[in-house]
Amino acid sequence: MRWFLRIAIALAAAVSGPLAAQQSLPPAPLAYEQLPDAEQEAQAQALMETLRCLKCQSQSIADSDAPMAGDMRHQVRTRIAAGEDPEAIRAWLVARYGDYVSYAPTVSETTWPLFAIPGLLILIAGMILWRRLRKQA
Amino acid sequence: MIAELGLAALWLAAALSVLQLIAGALALRDGSGELASLVRPAAIVQGLLAAFAFVMLLWLFAVTDLSVKLVATNSHSAKPMIFKLAGAWGNHEGSMLLWVTVMALAGGLIALVERRLPERTMFATLAAQAFVGIGFYAFLLLSSNPFERLPEPALEGMGLNPLLQDIGLAFHPPTLYFGYVGLSVAFSFAVGALLTRQVGPAFARAMRPWVLGAWIFLTLGITAGSYWAYYELGWGGWWFWDPVENASLMPWLAATALLHSVSVLAARDALRAWTIMLGVVAFSMSMLGTFLVRSGILTSVHAFAVDPERGTFILFLLGLYIGGALLLFALRAGSVAEGERFSITSREGALVFNNVMLSAILGIVLLGTLYPLLTEVFDVRVSVGPPYFNPAGAIFTIPMLLVMAVGPLLRWRGDRISRIKVPMIVIAAIMLAVLAVVIILGSYGLLADLGLAVAAGLAIASFLPLRGRNLLRVPIATWGMVVAHFGIAVALFGMASESAFSEEKLAAVSVGDNVEIGPWNVSLLATRPVAGPNWTAIEGQLMASYDGGEAILLKPQSRNFWAPPQETTESVLSTRWNGQLYAVIGNEASGGEGAERWQLRLWWKPFVTLIWYGGILVALGGLLALIGRVKGDLKRRYVQSRLAGRKEEGESA
Repeated sequence: MRWFLRIAIALAAAVSGPLAAQQSLPPAPLAYEQLPDAEQEAQAQALMETLRCLKCQSQSIADSDAPMAGDMRHQVRTRIAAGEDPEAIRAWLVARYGDYVSYAPTVSETTWPLFAIPGLLILIAGMILWRRLRKQA
Repeated sequence: MIAELGLAALWLAAALSVLQLIAGALALRDGSGELASLVRPAAIVQGLLAAFAFVMLLWLFAVTDLSVKLVATNSHSAKPMIFKLAGAWGNHEGSMLLWVTVMALAGGLIALVERRLPERTMFATLAAQAFVGIGFYAFLLLSSNPFERLPEPALEGMGLNPLLQDIGLAFHPPTLYFGYVGLSVAFSFAVGALLTRQVGPAFARAMRPWVLGAWIFLTLGITAGSYWAYYELGWGGWWFWDPVENASLMPWLAATALLHSVSVLAARDALRAWTIMLGVVAFSMSMLGTFLVRSGILTSVHAFAVDPERGTFILFLLGLYIGGALLLFALRAGSVAEGERFSITSREGALVFNNVMLSAILGIVLLGTLYPLLTEVFDVRVSVGPPYFNPAGAIFTIPMLLVMAVGPLLRWRGDRISRIKVPMIVIAAIMLAVLAVVIILGSYGLLADLGLAVAAGLAIASFLPLRGRNLLRVPIATWGMVVAHFGIAVALFGMASESAFSEEKLAAVSVGDNVEIGPWNVSLLATRPVAGPNWTAIEGQLMASYDGGEAILLKPQSRNFWAPPQETTESVLSTRWNGQLYAVIGNEASGGEGAERWQLRLWWKPFVTLIWYGGILVALGGLLALIGRVKGDLKRRYVQSRLAGRKEEGESA
């Protein structure tokens, strides 16, 4: 389904011609390079897969060729290499870009229904099953 | 002239659907109104007219009639014929015409062949089908006319974008549309049966082939969509919980639940209200999917054609049909008896469990998809992605899969757990053994571990219903169930394996360098420039050898299109029985002194292909079930006509 992405990029590129100059900047070093420490790289990868690429649509920064995603990968890897906790990096990015950047919603004033409703679903499912199956046993 | 013919046919078809609605409604009220004899012919002619209109549109695209706006904006005289034709439905107006055409043809087909149901129920069903049809005709004719002319014919079409000339793009949307529209028939049957309160096995048997057919198309559409996302995007992901993906998954979940409950209704005359409800929900999800994709509401690349007027129109239709059907359900559900009783440990009991779990998963996907849209209205932007969907979905998926392993072993109506004790112990032992091995090997995350264990147990369990039976005499439909359930196990194994065992390597390499990834050794032999019709590319020549074996040549490309300027990567896949090597070449790496270095992205994904093979098996299982059921129906019809014939003979003698 993602070939649409290319079309969208094409359209975006056509509209924003001057930006093309910006794209010719070389990507940040850790955008396309892994950390030498396998465990740290795995941590970075797991985190990157749950961060939204803000310039793309519906893609994580781990799945994107957009320059901004590259810069964010560089950020994540640099900070992981410096020994920062992945969740602290996420918090830093959220503080900077807003909740929108994280694919892992946390319980907050605006997102509590995302967690309350599944709980409710479990209750409803349990109730339906209990009523149906008990009555007919 | 051709365009005007098409438009006239479309208006006539719309008028006939109004006639079909009125005649059907009157016939329903009076038992057999004067117009009753017109209902079936109206449905059939309406189908033919819509098909005629669609053929006219194909013709316009085939000859590239540039005086038609849709052709001028979406086609080009130099396109290959196959893409000219595919261009007819590769845009908003054309795809809505395709939707309406398939729906009208489906309505015509049931009018032509379906004779098992009481005639009143058929009138109600066809009236419901016409009622849904009118809304979409109105949408097409009033806000999305595909036959609109330009004041001045264009000199050349605008649609030569080679990126749009993808065979996948050409056939993926119609596949999903067939699925969506098949569910509209199920919806009409459900509404028809509700109106006449005749919900029973005959109704279920009439509805079942449509549900099965729709489900097969949806399965194939989702499987193919996932594979394209995997190879097109160039980063190795195969499912993103993107709203557009969810838009196709939600009708599939509802159709899967409906498929199982309609089987219970056909075989055992139980779960009547539940089946009706699912019929309504399944088509609601289809319309919701169309709304999400077509309205431009999504923060998604798919919705690049933003057009609020159309969005509002579809939203209105959505509210009208879903709201209307739910209201009808609320009014009538009380008078539809629930049907035969069954015990908790029975085939029906297991299927009820499966239905409730599928509905809950549907609820989670619906919530996660719509919630960000809802908060956006209040200027709060949140993202809901894999970290939410995976665990929340798994809460319901894993219990469902466990019950799915043993459910088919249970007898209808009532059974004892002790009767299937041995197979249950075997399945549980396999799952626990695999789980233990996986955890000892090095835990890969809870979901992946559980996925591998459940997949192994389910794979064995799916064949147990055949145990002790003469394989040649097992009904085709039962084979269908076995194959489809096995396909789920195969796909699940692929997903869990991809998540657990994938290895990734990003490297900046010079010509001659070696990269180790998993069992593979990959070296960059050379790079060379290549040119296409409107792009230039750097092609990497990679020698990849598996486990020290003979090396194969892989040629990933990094392409630069110049009109419009755009970079794309052409990934290459080397498929073995036990997985895929996925290779991408990127730009020249920066910061290297001396020799040129290139960015390579390599993945070794063990058993990843099983995801799509599993999907194909599931669809194949559906096809076998469909063949089995249709064969059974035809046999039943033949026997009945023979009996009737013999009776007549007896009377005349």
